[in-house]
Amino acid sequence: MTGNVLLSLVVWTPLVGACLLLLVPRDQPEGARRTALAFSLVPFVLSLALWAGFRTESGDFQFVEQQRWIPEFGIQYLLGIDGMSLFLVLLTTFLTPLVVLFSFGDITTRVKEYFFFLLMLETGMIGAFVALDLFLFYVFWELMLVPMTFIIGVWGGARRIYASLKFLFYTLTASLLMLVAILYLVGIHARTAPVTFDVRQLYDAALTPNEQMWLFAAFALAFAVKVPMFPLHTWLPDAHVEAPTGGSVILAGVLLKLGTYGFLRFAMPLFPEATVAATPLILALAVVGILYGAAVAMVQPDLKKLVAYSSVSHLGFVMLGLFAVNVTGIEGAIYQMLNHGLSTGALFLLVGVIYERRHTRAIADFGGLWRPLPRYAAVFLVVMLSSIGLPGLNGFVGEFLILLGAFGANRPAAACASAGLVLGAVYMLWMFQRVVFGPLRHEENAGLPDLSRREIAVLVPVVAMIVVMGVYPRPFLRTMEPSVKALVARMEAHRSVQAHRGVQDSALARAAGGGPVVETAVRE
Amino acid sequence: MIPFPDISWIALVPLLLVSGCGILMLGAGLFVDDDEVLGWGAITGLVVTLITTATLIGQRISTFNHTFALDGYAIFFDLLILGVGVLVVLMSMNYLEDTDIGAGEYYALVLFALAGMMVMASATDLIVIFLGLEIMSISIYVLAGAWRTQLRANEASMKYFLLGAFATGFLLYGIALVYGATGTTRLDLIAAKVAAPLDRALLLAGVAMLLVAFGFKVAAVPFHMWTPDVYEGAPTSVTALMAVAVKSAAFAAFARVFLHALAGLQADWSVLLWVLAVVTMTTGNVLALAQHNIKRMLAYSSIAHAGYILVALTAGGAAGGAAALFYLLAYAFMNLGAFGVVIALGRRGEPHEEIDDYAGLGFRAPLLGVAMAVFMLSLTGIPPLAGFAGKFYVFTAALREGYVALAVIGVLNSVVSAGYYVRVLVMMFMTPGTLEAARPGSRPYLFTSIVVSAVATVVVGVFPALWLTLARLSFLSLL
Repeated sequence: MTGNVLLSLVVWTPLVGACLLLLVPRDQPEGARRTALAFSLVPFVLSLALWAGFRTESGDFQFVEQQRWIPEFGIQYLLGIDGMSLFLVLLTTFLTPLVVLFSFGDITTRVKEYFFFLLMLETGMIGAFVALDLFLFYVFWELMLVPMTFIIGVWGGARRIYASLKFLFYTLTASLLMLVAILYLVGIHARTAPVTFDVRQLYDAALTPNEQMWLFAAFALAFAVKVPMFPLHTWLPDAHVEAPTGGSVILAGVLLKLGTYGFLRFAMPLFPEATVAATPLILALAVVGILYGAAVAMVQPDLKKLVAYSSVSHLGFVMLGLFAVNVTGIEGAIYQMLNHGLSTGALFLLVGVIYERRHTRAIADFGGLWRPLPRYAAVFLVVMLSSIGLPGLNGFVGEFLILLGAFGANRPAAACASAGLVLGAVYMLWMFQRVVFGPLRHEENAGLPDLSRREIAVLVPVVAMIVVMGVYPRPFLRTMEPSVKALVARMEAHRSVQAHRGVQDSALARAAGGGPVVETAVRE
Repeated sequence: MIPFPDISWIALVPLLLVSGCGILMLGAGLFVDDDEVLGWGAITGLVVTLITTATLIGQRISTFNHTFALDGYAIFFDLLILGVGVLVVLMSMNYLEDTDIGAGEYYALVLFALAGMMVMASATDLIVIFLGLEIMSISIYVLAGAWRTQLRANEASMKYFLLGAFATGFLLYGIALVYGATGTTRLDLIAAKVAAPLDRALLLAGVAMLLVAFGFKVAAVPFHMWTPDVYEGAPTSVTALMAVAVKSAAFAAFARVFLHALAGLQADWSVLLWVLAVVTMTTGNVLALAQHNIKRMLAYSSIAHAGYILVALTAGGAAGGAAALFYLLAYAFMNLGAFGVVIALGRRGEPHEEIDDYAGLGFRAPLLGVAMAVFMLSLTGIPPLAGFAGKFYVFTAALREGYVALAVIGVLNSVVSAGYYVRVLVMMFMTPGTLEAARPGSRPYLFTSIVVSAVATVVVGVFPALWLTLARLSFLSLL
């Protein structure tokens, strides 16, 4: 099955563009900008073709490409997408050109190098979403690390080196432990079958409960750092605050999703029993993350930090949906990943807009911006409402499904999380009030120019998507549903096999008995 | 009359070519004033040998009464050592201009050292290993002090010589004890005898002595004390040779003795190697964190990498052996390249070896910046570069043999190592600085070798399958 190379094109076009960028002369930043924009638009168009050619009714992997890579270890160049990864790829290819376009304004030094790293990052992100071979996945996973570290460290703010190294070391430590777990898992599977890193075959690896527990712990650690889950989130505010706007958008919009995607694609289906056993802990951490993130966001004097902590809170919701382990919850979680990518991405862009004009991000330096910046205020309002989950906008759909799924699985957790929604509304509205409404408190804000045409071109597509996904979620949900159903079915099948075998580990047995096997009937 | 032994001269061809070329250089050095011509002479000799050796692939010859072999294993290391030789000579052609080293004797000694290493790779008898080790070591002792007017080079040479002599003593003592316990110095006969030696305690004592001697040559902790001083003091091109080629040759002999001749004792020595590997990785990485001089940092880094290779040897078997060979291949390019960049930054009288000197260099000298980024990330083990592939095979081999803790310690060490490798990149790309680097055009040979190393680091990392098969077949053809 090597006839179809569409997926490969989506993955590698950005990297080709990145390499071509290096040939652009240094004194022509405009040329570098245009090249970068072109090479980020091509994957977007190609990924639309992916969506067009995607068979909605199937829960299988599609556009599969399979090539031998390192035969000795059964390592393959194996790509494929299903309903879960399709939209994450689209999110990546959608956000990257917008970030490129936005960065025309705020990146003025080492322009081509910046876009080089940005495009390299795009290849890493898309590759990680579509890789079905664990080795290949790991390669892409780590490949993302380097450009992001450079983007923060070279183009970031005052404490950029600290922030970039913190990001690097958190991620590297956790992912290297995951590497050991990958090798160990493959080793166990190879005892009874030909050695392979193909995740579709590894799903069937026969593991003892003890092995599952340890391997799940290693995978979960790597992904939890990326999500980031409380209490591993401390790198996130630093990275966000110091990163240039484009870096923040990509970091929040896509990179964090790789953590939740990792749970969805790898940690959960590979180790279903351990997933069940760990569910109480993860749900607890998710709820703590929701409440803690919201509470800390409330008291931030810095806009970017506020948005960063709101990410911790929102990603807590995603984790809550995932670990409801039912179709509704997981669909909601995936939907919320996309929502968060759009709304938080847009929030960072909006913060970037005023930072470019005023070189400050302190909430106290603003107020009454609706008067000089009416268009800005309008966009901000929509994005902010999407972030707090106003019905009619995309955030509502995701949060509603997540809570619905969570209520079926774990009522106390869902109840506590609902309180997080209230807190979310509090910090966002209060921030909006202090920044946009009220009298114009600072003279220097009076003469600020409103959104430029380029900024409008960046923000309007995001706002349009926010509205579309809010009022018409069906095409998205319908496309992801077969894959999500397949995932839930696989996890339940695994568990019932395990139940037949008679689980030795009493803790596991207890969790599986009282666990969230409930399938909510509340569906459209 | 003693009958003339049946010698297969084909097995000696690579060795004769390199030593012959060395002797020619020694003579030519007297009459040729142009250093560049001498350099080209050495490269020609090495390339001819390289090609000739490549045509011998597939040979499995044992000669000199089974004390010297040209098997796939030896050919693998011959090619590796010769390739490293070419790159080192290329670097030296620009580096020597900045020093007071006489080119004739320098190239001759490099070639002799390479010949010694090739003997070590081919030796199937403990005495021949000793011969090879001494040919190599004596040349390197002199090379380390080749820049006679430099005080720290004198110190390096002296220190290396004294401690090296000590290690030689251990090696000989070990050989003597093993001989006492098995009645032979031939590796194949030892392999047959280790299961039922004449005296087991004697044999184990001998093995421990051998371990010390090899540990010294590969710079394993706690026999590493000489490494930072010698690496720092020696001329940088010689340091590159030591860090890569000497280590490869020492590991060649090490692996042949332990994984082949002493395979029957694996239960005994694997515990020792386990400890040695952990201590070496950890000490190397932690001490590298504290270094300000890049040559010292790379010295500690080379100690740490010896630790990773020891992990492969601990795992043992074909998987561990192949992983060690592959790792040495990957390590050769990334480490040589890093030393190349160090040379590129120095100028006559201004070595610029402090890590702080690298500030801002990444954007001012993009070629050096990109190359150094590739080398440092590869040394850290970031995919898809050669260093990652190497670590992947090493840890896979360790896990296959059930050494989970060793693998976990290994990857955590990689995290520590990122601390100092990434620091170089932080300096180069994220810190402002003023130092100007040489333009590529002014030092063409040096930049050629840096670019070749960088490309090889990427290629070996992205397409490791071919190299891995090569490493595995080479190891399996061990005689």
